[in-house]
Amino acid sequence: MEKKAILSIQDLNIKFNLRGQLLHAIRGVSLDLLDGECLAIVGESGSGKSVLVKSCMGLLDKNGFIDSGSIVYNGMELTANKKEKEWEKIRGGQIAMVMQDPMTSLNPLKSIGWQIGESLKYHQDLTGEAAKNKVMEMLTDVGIDDPKRRYSQYPHEFSGGMRQRVAIAIALACNPRILVCDEPTTALDVTIQAQILDLVRGLQKKYHLTTIYITHDLGVVANVADRVAVMYAGDIVEIGGCKEIFFDPKHPYTWALLSSLPQIAAAGTKLYSIHGTPPNLFMPVRGDAFAPRNPYALDIDFLHRPPYFEVSPTHKARTWLLDPRAPKIDPPEAIREIKNLKAFGGDWGEE
Amino acid sequence: MLKYCLKRIMRACISLVIVIAVVFCLLRLMPIDSYFPNLDDMTEIQLYNAKEKLGLNDPVPVQLGNFYQQLLRGDLGLSNKYRVDYPITKILAKKAPVSIKFGLMAMGISLPLGLLLGVLMARNRNGILDRVGTGYVVLMQAVPAAVYYLMVQIYGSDWTGLNILYKTGVPSSIILPVVSLALPSIAWYAMWLRRYMVDEENKDYIRMARAKGVPQRAIGFNHVFRNAIVPLIHGIPSSLLLTISGSIYVESLYSIPGMGGLLVEVIKMQDNSMVQALVIVYAALGIIGLLMGDILMAVVDPRISLTKKEGAR
Repeated sequence: MEKKAILSIQDLNIKFNLRGQLLHAIRGVSLDLLDGECLAIVGESGSGKSVLVKSCMGLLDKNGFIDSGSIVYNGMELTANKKEKEWEKIRGGQIAMVMQDPMTSLNPLKSIGWQIGESLKYHQDLTGEAAKNKVMEMLTDVGIDDPKRRYSQYPHEFSGGMRQRVAIAIALACNPRILVCDEPTTALDVTIQAQILDLVRGLQKKYHLTTIYITHDLGVVANVADRVAVMYAGDIVEIGGCKEIFFDPKHPYTWALLSSLPQIAAAGTKLYSIHGTPPNLFMPVRGDAFAPRNPYALDIDFLHRPPYFEVSPTHKARTWLLDPRAPKIDPPEAIREIKNLKAFGGDWGEE
Repeated sequence: MLKYCLKRIMRACISLVIVIAVVFCLLRLMPIDSYFPNLDDMTEIQLYNAKEKLGLNDPVPVQLGNFYQQLLRGDLGLSNKYRVDYPITKILAKKAPVSIKFGLMAMGISLPLGLLLGVLMARNRNGILDRVGTGYVVLMQAVPAAVYYLMVQIYGSDWTGLNILYKTGVPSSIILPVVSLALPSIAWYAMWLRRYMVDEENKDYIRMARAKGVPQRAIGFNHVFRNAIVPLIHGIPSSLLLTISGSIYVESLYSIPGMGGLLVEVIKMQDNSMVQALVIVYAALGIIGLLMGDILMAVVDPRISLTKKEGAR
């Protein structure tokens, strides 16, 4: 089932200039996004999930820049894009994005129809009646009833979940190949979350989309993702199939992340939390960035950055624990128990 | 929308009625001695008759009732001292157009220039233009108007050879006063527009618009400027109407026969019915300005007509 990569990131380094200091936000990330897959990027706040994705759309803040590395989309080297004009073709038309908070991501003074149709004229050369028809079609696709009436309504006349549907319609209006969902359900309540996830899954099939979920909600990940990338301190520490990450995690950070899920904690015990704080990315990181917080850290973790060790053709992790010379350390009890948990509500059946 | 407008208009009318009552009652407390130059020689009966002629012997509620009727007929009463027994409406009809002419011209210049400057400053944030513009805004705000009004008058007439005073029938003599009036307004519009635009630029929906591939220029106009102008629009009718009242300082500097300073003058003269009429006219202008601002806001901001409850402005 070899799929070809639609987006290929090679050894990407991104830095931010903050008051004269350089912050190394993305530290040599390589990632292949396969055509048609659903990749989830998880990690704590500040681990660089959003920055990584934004860099692929040229949406980095003004003080951020790509220091080295390459991003290849469909044979195009995106890091060579200098002008906003070149990015504008990619954004929306090729790679689209759904933002976190639907309450603020729509312009309150413009009608829904106008906002969905706005980018059509730039990407698809659609105007007038044709654009309007396309917008109606999008509204129907994202499950909004009575599109004729809704077309001319304003964001304040929509509920949170409905607005997120509108945001999805906006993202998909120009037939992008890749849809980035930046914590699309964080601001919604739980019942609506499931609806939105279902909707995106349905649309992914219909439009043959490749989707990237950025999230720290592992429940969402279990629900939607084919592959999971775990990020820590600007680096992907482990990447693999959804099952591989949940049932056979190798990196101690992944262990820690999974252990802190409330679902796997035994009743009556304290919830697990990871001690310490992420490293200061203003300073060069030596060895494994997670080592200071890692109870399983080896001496070498403090000295040398671990390479990727391949667990299976689809699963690799950046930890010295996988080195043949490393002592054998079993993952914590709780992690081994995950298999027996139905708490994720995930669909672990086929594939 | 219609309901919203009607409600606003009702509210404005009620405010106006109350303002008129308050002003009228307050001015009944003023001394009227100076109406009668030969007060000391008047007998009780003469005084009574003189007051009767002015309608001042009725109880205050009756007087107020009469005054409302008079206002409904469009009559502001007769001047007591400014021009004895001359209709106030005629006095205003002669002076107001002069002030309006200057006010409108100043606004016609300051609104486009101020908005342009505001946009340029916002687009050019922290650049040279922004700094220069901010310097100008701060200067206008910090330096007393008297200083730069004088500068404009003195240096303006010196360098360009324009008339130092306003002269009816000499079109070029209106340039300096209009420039003086426009200078602070340009700063005001620029300051607020820049501020609102910078606010808008950091909103999520601007990021969203960027993410969907809309060119920067279109975002700047359709999202940033369009949304930033809304709070400014509310104030435009008010400032337009208030131009009628004229600028005391500019009008006296250039000896323009406008409304500016008229109120102060009639207060000094203790011309009570003029004071009353002017205060009511100003109050009415203010109320109408706010009303029009509210209605304009409802036109440009779709959220307003539906919100039932709003903070009083």
